[in-house]
Amino acid sequence: MRHIISVLLENEAGALSRVAGLFSARGYNIESLTVAPTEDATLSRMTIVTAGSDEVIEQITKQLNKLVDVVKVVDLSDGDHIERELMLVKVRALGKDREEMKRVTDIFRGRIIDVTEKDYTIELTGTGSKLDAFLKAIDRSAILETVRTGASGIGRGDRVLRV
Amino acid sequence: MELTGAEIVVRCLQEEGVEYVFGYPGGAVLFIYDELFKQNKVKHVLVRHEQGAVHAADGYARSTDKPGVSLVTSGPGVTNAVTGIATAYMDSIPQVIITGQVPTHAIGLDAFQECDTVGITRPCVKHNFLVKDVRDIALTMKKAFFIASTGRPGPVVVDIPKDVTTAKTEFHYPETIAMRSYNPVIKGHTGQIKKAVQMLMQAKRPMVYTGGGVVLSGAAEELAQVVRLLGFPCTNTLMGLGAYPATDRQFLGMLGMHGTYEANMAMQHCDVLFAIGARFDDRVIGNPKHFFAEPRTIIHVDIDPSSISKRVKVDVPIVGNVRDVLRDFIRQLEASREKPDQEALKTWWTQIELWRSRDCLKYDRTSAIIKPQHVIEKLYEVTRGEAFVTSDVGQHQMWAAQFYKFDRPRRWINSGGLGTMGFGLPAAMGVQLAHPDAAVACVTGEASIQMCIQELSTCKQYRLPIKVVNLNNKYMGMVRQWQEFFHGNRYAESYMDALPDFVKLAESYGHVGMKIEKPEDVEPALKEAFSRSKDLVFMDFVTDQTENVFPMVPGGKGLSEMILV
Repeated sequence: MRHIISVLLENEAGALSRVAGLFSARGYNIESLTVAPTEDATLSRMTIVTAGSDEVIEQITKQLNKLVDVVKVVDLSDGDHIERELMLVKVRALGKDREEMKRVTDIFRGRIIDVTEKDYTIELTGTGSKLDAFLKAIDRSAILETVRTGASGIGRGDRVLRV
Repeated sequence: MELTGAEIVVRCLQEEGVEYVFGYPGGAVLFIYDELFKQNKVKHVLVRHEQGAVHAADGYARSTDKPGVSLVTSGPGVTNAVTGIATAYMDSIPQVIITGQVPTHAIGLDAFQECDTVGITRPCVKHNFLVKDVRDIALTMKKAFFIASTGRPGPVVVDIPKDVTTAKTEFHYPETIAMRSYNPVIKGHTGQIKKAVQMLMQAKRPMVYTGGGVVLSGAAEELAQVVRLLGFPCTNTLMGLGAYPATDRQFLGMLGMHGTYEANMAMQHCDVLFAIGARFDDRVIGNPKHFFAEPRTIIHVDIDPSSISKRVKVDVPIVGNVRDVLRDFIRQLEASREKPDQEALKTWWTQIELWRSRDCLKYDRTSAIIKPQHVIEKLYEVTRGEAFVTSDVGQHQMWAAQFYKFDRPRRWINSGGLGTMGFGLPAAMGVQLAHPDAAVACVTGEASIQMCIQELSTCKQYRLPIKVVNLNNKYMGMVRQWQEFFHGNRYAESYMDALPDFVKLAESYGHVGMKIEKPEDVEPALKEAFSRSKDLVFMDFVTDQTENVFPMVPGGKGLSEMILV
């Protein structure tokens, strides 16, 4: 099953490679991983999307907790949470397709952030499945390039992850 | 007053009360060596290969409960040390390894003797540091010793670039340390312990299964007390030998791939399993599916949450330091009005004695060729069971584990997790330095000993009177055994032609060499060797080439599917 795990870790050189190394050494899979410093510059917040049986997920959270740089670990999928991903897509937009592309972008509440005579660059945020749906909705042959950040997650309501 | 980074490193070692540093100098650590030279509180032991340094520090740590310290240079110094670091990591041994690094401005430029030390060692250390600023050395060293020796212990690498050892700053060594990201659990959950006690009281066929965690947390006395209070049978893993007295009637011997018949059968057929500081390793429980086929309730005490429910799902997990948890158990057991079911226990012991009467460790005592088991039995007798015994890896290691009855912890020093050939001799150096007057034996084979044999030179330099017990069958014995059992007797590359004359070899290093070829000469040779309290004696025992280690649980089989003699 898919799980989204949030990790609060010391913002130190090499902390990311400890997490990435742990996943590859123990054969866990990483669907996506995002990391950046928090409002407290000594801490980084990481969101890992992974998949595995309950036993594997239990081991993943235990092994993450065992890393000396890791301060806290929460499996967001254990409760209500919100997740968002940012995608930038460069598409070919010529002739009548130009209008259609704009319309689909509006429907998905995306924004066109760069324009040339031949193409658009579209910015879109949402859950991973929404981004997938957008890519399906537009003409596949029009896609020139896509960049996705991977999911970032946060608990709903008073579910807070901090030191 | 400002000190250089190198001075600070040495001052930190002094502050930590470090007795010995095992190491090998090189370009990147010259300033640290210069500072070691100028003082005499911390003694340096010069090894002949960096692997030997880390193993020696390991032997020191295992036999004393103090972290082992080693010092190696950058690049090849580090890569040579990696086997030693991984060995310590797999067996959770506290160590601090200081490694030199090229100057900070040269890092990443493929400088001479540069390697990515933090990257290379990351998967085999508890933690590691690259110190880029001289002002961070003292705090980092404090953290390194703290992390290495608390919680589930392990090796910590501190990588220090050469320019950082010459830069200057004020020196303050922190007295205490707290890290928000590292807080090992010490006390066990009282409710869980209560639940476990109830289960133990209701057990019909109980079993206590303990591992290296009992040794590491210094809980041998507490374990003995718990086992006696309960009246249950007890087994140790390879790493746990000595945690429970081997000569005690309640002890069933080691379990696992080469465990005793009675220990493995009791493990397989128990209804309540009390696992303490052990991790259900693949060499211990055999095929997990077969192990699960018998229903049983499992209580598991371990300081590392990730060791719990890793290979085997447990019913009552208790996270905490084994010694603290066992003390709580003793309190609750003594306060409890309930007693274990004596009737059921009696029936269980009758069954166990039946298994024990199978005498699974028997061997041919009339052989005209020296049986390796005979050598270990005599070693046990001659040393009255009081020696520190290190071993390498293979058949000789299993025979030592089966036939030397360890009544005390920290006497049996071997590489259980990684299974590192070449560990025995350097580990014995660390043990002998920590216990200068004790009898230290290194049980080895002609294949393993050659992997770190250069350390015989170190032994001469520091006058270490180690007794090397070389069980020489001219084969990589365990490899040969597997080839006999599972590869149609095709002994691919397991026979070693052109072995050295070990007697002359020992002599050329300045030691005493002995070759023993007849069973009746075994005991006199051992007696003579141990009477030479100042000399390293290398005993080359010519043993039966066809002897195998029994019982054996073949790979993929279950614990009760042993091959017996």
